[in-house]
Amino acid sequence: MRYAMAIDTAKCVGCGDCVVACQTENNVPHGYCRDWIVENVSGSYPNVQVELRSERCNHCDNAPCVRCCPTGASHIVEGGIVLVTHDECIGCGACIESCPYDARYPHPEGYVDKCTFCKHRVDKGQNPACVDVCPTHCLHFGDLDDPNSDVSKALKNRSWKVLAPEAGTKPQLYFLT
Amino acid sequence: MKTRRQFIKISAAGTGAAAIGLQSLKLNGFNFLSEKDEQNPASDEEMTSYPTYCEVCFWKCAGWTYVDKKGNIRKIIGNEKDPHCNGRLCPRGTGGVGMYNDEDRLKTPLIRETDPEGHQYFRKASWDEALDLIAEKMDKLRQEHGPECLALFSHGTGGKMLSHLVKAFGSPNISAPSFAQCRGPREVGFTATFGEDVMSPERTDIRDSKCLVLIGSHIGENMHNGQIQEMSAAIENGATIITVDPRFSTAASHSKYWLPIKPATDLALLLAWIHVIIYEDLYDKEYVKKYAFGFDELKEHVKNKTPEWAYGITTIEPEIIRRTAREMAAASPRVLIHPGRHVTWYGDDTQRTRAIAILNAILGSWGRRGGFYNPEKVHVPNYPHPPYPKPKRSWKDAYPPGKYNLVNEVLSTGICDATIPNPQLDCHLRGWIVYGTNLMASLPDQKKTLEAISHLDFLVVIDTMPMDITSYADIVLPECTYLERYDSLRTSPHREPVIALRMPAAKPKYDSKPNWWIAKQLANRLGLQDYFQWENIEELLDWQLKKIGSSLNEMKRIGVKKYPREYNDLYNLENLEDFEFNTNTGKIELYSTELEIEDFDPLPNYTHHPEPPEGYYRLNYGRAPMHTFSRTTNNHNLWDLMKENSVWVNPKVADLWELENGQYIWLKNQDGIVSSFPIKVRITERIRWDSVYMVHGFGHTDRKLKRAYGRGASDSELVSKVFLDPIMGGTGMRGNFVTFLKEKPANNKEEVES
Repeated sequence: MRYAMAIDTAKCVGCGDCVVACQTENNVPHGYCRDWIVENVSGSYPNVQVELRSERCNHCDNAPCVRCCPTGASHIVEGGIVLVTHDECIGCGACIESCPYDARYPHPEGYVDKCTFCKHRVDKGQNPACVDVCPTHCLHFGDLDDPNSDVSKALKNRSWKVLAPEAGTKPQLYFLT
Repeated sequence: MKTRRQFIKISAAGTGAAAIGLQSLKLNGFNFLSEKDEQNPASDEEMTSYPTYCEVCFWKCAGWTYVDKKGNIRKIIGNEKDPHCNGRLCPRGTGGVGMYNDEDRLKTPLIRETDPEGHQYFRKASWDEALDLIAEKMDKLRQEHGPECLALFSHGTGGKMLSHLVKAFGSPNISAPSFAQCRGPREVGFTATFGEDVMSPERTDIRDSKCLVLIGSHIGENMHNGQIQEMSAAIENGATIITVDPRFSTAASHSKYWLPIKPATDLALLLAWIHVIIYEDLYDKEYVKKYAFGFDELKEHVKNKTPEWAYGITTIEPEIIRRTAREMAAASPRVLIHPGRHVTWYGDDTQRTRAIAILNAILGSWGRRGGFYNPEKVHVPNYPHPPYPKPKRSWKDAYPPGKYNLVNEVLSTGICDATIPNPQLDCHLRGWIVYGTNLMASLPDQKKTLEAISHLDFLVVIDTMPMDITSYADIVLPECTYLERYDSLRTSPHREPVIALRMPAAKPKYDSKPNWWIAKQLANRLGLQDYFQWENIEELLDWQLKKIGSSLNEMKRIGVKKYPREYNDLYNLENLEDFEFNTNTGKIELYSTELEIEDFDPLPNYTHHPEPPEGYYRLNYGRAPMHTFSRTTNNHNLWDLMKENSVWVNPKVADLWELENGQYIWLKNQDGIVSSFPIKVRITERIRWDSVYMVHGFGHTDRKLKRAYGRGASDSELVSKVFLDPIMGGTGMRGNFVTFLKEKPANNKEEVES
């Protein structure tokens, strides 16, 4: 089993609904976020392109945050989800520095926090909160080992890219282009 | 006695918590005493959910409010059965919980007082005291001047109850800025053509459209949920999107064609498109023959409106005009030239929306799949009440006879006109109730609004938040948020008739009350209790629901109920069915006999609009997906996403002015008005060099809004020049020009003072 997410940049309007839904679902404190929007503008007027992306932890196969964690608080569970055990985290911030995606933040309670792919929902067969709220249906989640999952189907017929492939992290967020 | 109203700055009490930035690396160390279950997500099964429909914007998506065992509202999730949202709320709906939690909410009734030194302030009052005072003022107005001297500005669901009160009181002056400042021209333009208006939610069949044309309509930034969802479905289905906008909008980034038009020239482009479609023989001949009136006149009218003619006006190359016209024709009739929503731009807006209607008509998209569908709604009976008294005069008496004959709604700016005394005309309004709309941001020309307010005997403001308008009130009533109250049923039209229930998920916070209770209490004090014969709103809702085969108990369980259509005519002209349009000729009026009778152009003409003088740039404004008007900027969840607006400037212009990204500047308009607050510069290739852009709703002047106060600049403040639409009184607001001030101007007021 390998959980992954595909984000359709042809549809995303960058509204930030995924960010708010994550905040209310996971009680992310005000001023912090586990997912966010990137607006990438290229070209010059009037030949302009804009790419909008909903980003979050890439739940990497080769996760630098897990390797560098001195206490083992950062770890990978079944399905490849990268998690932080709050009680074991000493808030040293090494993982924050090591992440090429800037996906982690220091929670005011003293530990490091990040996207969990809404494991509490996924365990019950639901989608992460961001996926289920998206008004454009631009987020696809599921098991890459299952050819009928939403994410497998989305990746099958479209071209895609990952972010910072040069970092060698084997990220599991795919951006449909 | 008229008193010059001072803008009351309610001082912010206490310092509050220190703001923590998103990038803050503040590590507090351990906190072993933290309440873990507060941080961990609550399981849906452990929570109770209550049906609601959203009130953060007018789309009113139905959803479920989830409440944990301690009674905290944790989240709001869309109702899957609701066609407005299909189970997916937008960021504002999802963040609606921030409205409930906002610590800056209005907490008690407030009454304006003057101390011995003449300084005015708000005094906290009890509900009885505040309601008695309002009733006393309303009764005095009724006795001395007549009930028609009262006006209600209202926006949102709660306005229905107050409208009922004001009608029972005897006044016809019930207005919402959503007409004269927003969609009015479109409704009048489409009604003149098809005999029906576009309605809300719009009857646009975007999801099945093969070609969607957006003219300044920035779907994706305006977060009209159903429209976004359907645009996304259209993209999935491979539809062609053509976006006309001087700015590279989000929609433009998803479009096959972006036409970066010179602002204020859209009508020329529309006429050229009509020209190409007629003269290249691309129009829907059968449809036009069967339904249309005045095709020959139209053909003659656009004879010289060639793409070459339009090129010189719009800067859009003729070849692109032809190619896009052919794309539309190839998709016909499943083509949709979107009528837009906020369309009060240049004062000839009814004529521009007429051209949009005509283009749709000759492509045969009205009444067709992928064009405009025929919506239906559930008719919920009114609870029995005596007939409303017949008003003897109205706001229209403030204008010469015959003015605005085609206007079926009340102009909000007309209420202002009818309040400012004029010896020649009957300007008789003396009391205002303002419900759920921040007039300082929703009406242009603040000077005029303030003048009207200065002539009032009394001004009552009912809202959940202290807004700029609140500070001018004599009496302020704090309403509870939509998550804490029952409301009238939602009955908006859609493909399938549908109703939705809103019920409270928590008790009202502070000393706030729901609109229905306020209306009923005032009615009791004014001898109008016969109009409110139900004990409480639950009794009213249950009575209404039972009349339409449901009940309050059922709706509490399901939240949304769909009804079968009465007629099977969703696409009522799909196969050229016989149909009589509600126009003078019974046809689609390409040539408008109605406009001709009123002495307006029966066919739309392009007129040249003023252009910015040297060193000035046209001020364009629009929406951000996480905010609604000026009402959500203090909502903590949404403030987290966008705290302030910025002014978009083309890099060439930035070079000329030596502006830097992120620099704060002040904007000054053509009338010398300088923004109260500075605004951040965003240098971007996404905008033309002749205009700037900012998101509406920022730059709040009320310090009581601790997060929103002074953040960003207010576009409304800079819209001092208004281009009135002579047909329907719409206030064109896109003819204002601004320049940049890099230094803080001397004597710049940081608060509006009357």
